[in-house]
Amino acid sequence: MRFMMMTTNDTNEPMSPPTPEMYAEMGKLIEEMTKAGVLLATGGLSPTPIRVKSAGGKLTVTDGPFTEAKEGVVGFALIEAKSKEEALEFSKRFWQVAGDGQGNIYEVFGG
Amino acid sequence: MTLPDIHRTIDAVWRIESARLIASLTRLVRDVGLAEDLAQGALVAALEQWPQSGIPDKPAAWLMTTAKHHAIDLIRRNVRLERKYEEIGRDLELQQGVEIPEPDNSDDMGDDLLRLIFISCHPVLSKEACLALTLRLLGGLTTDEIARAFLVPEPTIAQRIVRAKRTLSEAQVPFEIPTGSERVARLSSVLEVIYLIFNEGYSATSGDDWMRPALCEDALRLGRVLAELTPAEAEVHGLVALMEIQASRSRARVGPSGEPIPLLEQNRGRWDQLLIHRGFSALLRAESLGNTALGPYRLQAAIAACHAQARNPEDTQWERIAALYDALVQIAPSPIVELNRAVAVSMAFGPAEGLEIVDALVSEPSLKSYHLLPGVRADLLSKLGRFSEACEEFKRAASLTRNARERELLLERAATMASI
Repeated sequence: MRFMMMTTNDTNEPMSPPTPEMYAEMGKLIEEMTKAGVLLATGGLSPTPIRVKSAGGKLTVTDGPFTEAKEGVVGFALIEAKSKEEALEFSKRFWQVAGDGQGNIYEVFGG
Repeated sequence: MTLPDIHRTIDAVWRIESARLIASLTRLVRDVGLAEDLAQGALVAALEQWPQSGIPDKPAAWLMTTAKHHAIDLIRRNVRLERKYEEIGRDLELQQGVEIPEPDNSDDMGDDLLRLIFISCHPVLSKEACLALTLRLLGGLTTDEIARAFLVPEPTIAQRIVRAKRTLSEAQVPFEIPTGSERVARLSSVLEVIYLIFNEGYSATSGDDWMRPALCEDALRLGRVLAELTPAEAEVHGLVALMEIQASRSRARVGPSGEPIPLLEQNRGRWDQLLIHRGFSALLRAESLGNTALGPYRLQAAIAACHAQARNPEDTQWERIAALYDALVQIAPSPIVELNRAVAVSMAFGPAEGLEIVDALVSEPSLKSYHLLPGVRADLLSKLGRFSEACEEFKRAASLTRNARERELLLERAATMASI
């Protein structure tokens, strides 16, 4: 089963950059998950997305950032896990390093 | 959390941690069977205690500490048992005051895990014993899950595992990473076991228990773990590449009613580009290691990569595939490989050249009831305009296949040949 795990920012404030220690710990976690054969892809997302809206066959493109946005996705990890519980267990390890924050976990269908 | 939730969470923790736990314990007690019993004991303790205490922050360390305490208890209860256990007892008593290191992603931990992989794929065991033991010790699967995946009763698997552990114990198989020429042979046994697990899953059909296709994921995960433990082994990356690329087609290779769809008729848009990309990366990693001779897994992965690269079936580089099969036949000769080579040659250089290879295989005893031999032969004969011979061969292929949908298709083709 594939899961997309995303961290979100709902404060509309730019997130404080990670401390060097957190950065190193996160690197260790990513290495560990890669070595465990679980992590398929991961990355951070730009705070200035492009919004695309399609209506009646017409495409409207707007450059971000969007101050009214309730929550923006900050980063993601695509993992392959045996179960929802295993995905949650890896999420737990992520937050043990990342500290306070929130995110969503989606099962990826057809993956 | 409800009790079933906690149990599922413990299952997940077990799945993630058990291999490393058993590996560390094997280093301590020098016996895989005992190590696994101790690990299972720690799991039982977790199932009893975590519902009340909550899941610890460092579950791996908790399980390790608990298993070590169990080891000491066991030895205290059996003071007069074998000398070996007494020795273990002394070792463990000595370590009692010492801080128990967390089984982290250190090199030592990796080495223990690699030793455990080599043990569970040890040539002293039968291949089917290796499969069960590897899934149990390294994949963290339960006996029941393994039994479902292999379509056999649970006691059969349980017995297989017990016997395998006894065999390893009796043979006094050392907990070590083999070196030199032994390493080559032992590693090839490990790769074979992982690929067998993958193929068990890959050959499962849609009506099967979901445990069967899940074997592909188990094998891929084991392969990826092994690749990180032995980054300098080109064939390990070759096997990972082969599995990633084959797995990339799993959505496209079965039709809506469960019928198999041949490679050239698959909707390539349904191939998983992420897995293809990972497969190519693994192949590049193998190549970057330099001048090592191409092994059978790298060659098969290279063939799989040729198909993955072709946007349409007609873009397939058949000359290259035929050349790769030539090389594969040299180092890993088998009638099946030869039959595949015949197909590639016919696509690259014409049906007559392919038929020549197939005709040489007709008397091959191991292919006597293999439906693809008459199937391929029929196809080539029809391309050469020899329709009545082709009709007979299609009928023969239909009588040999066990897949009902495939039989229908073959009989349809036989009927078409007869009507020409």
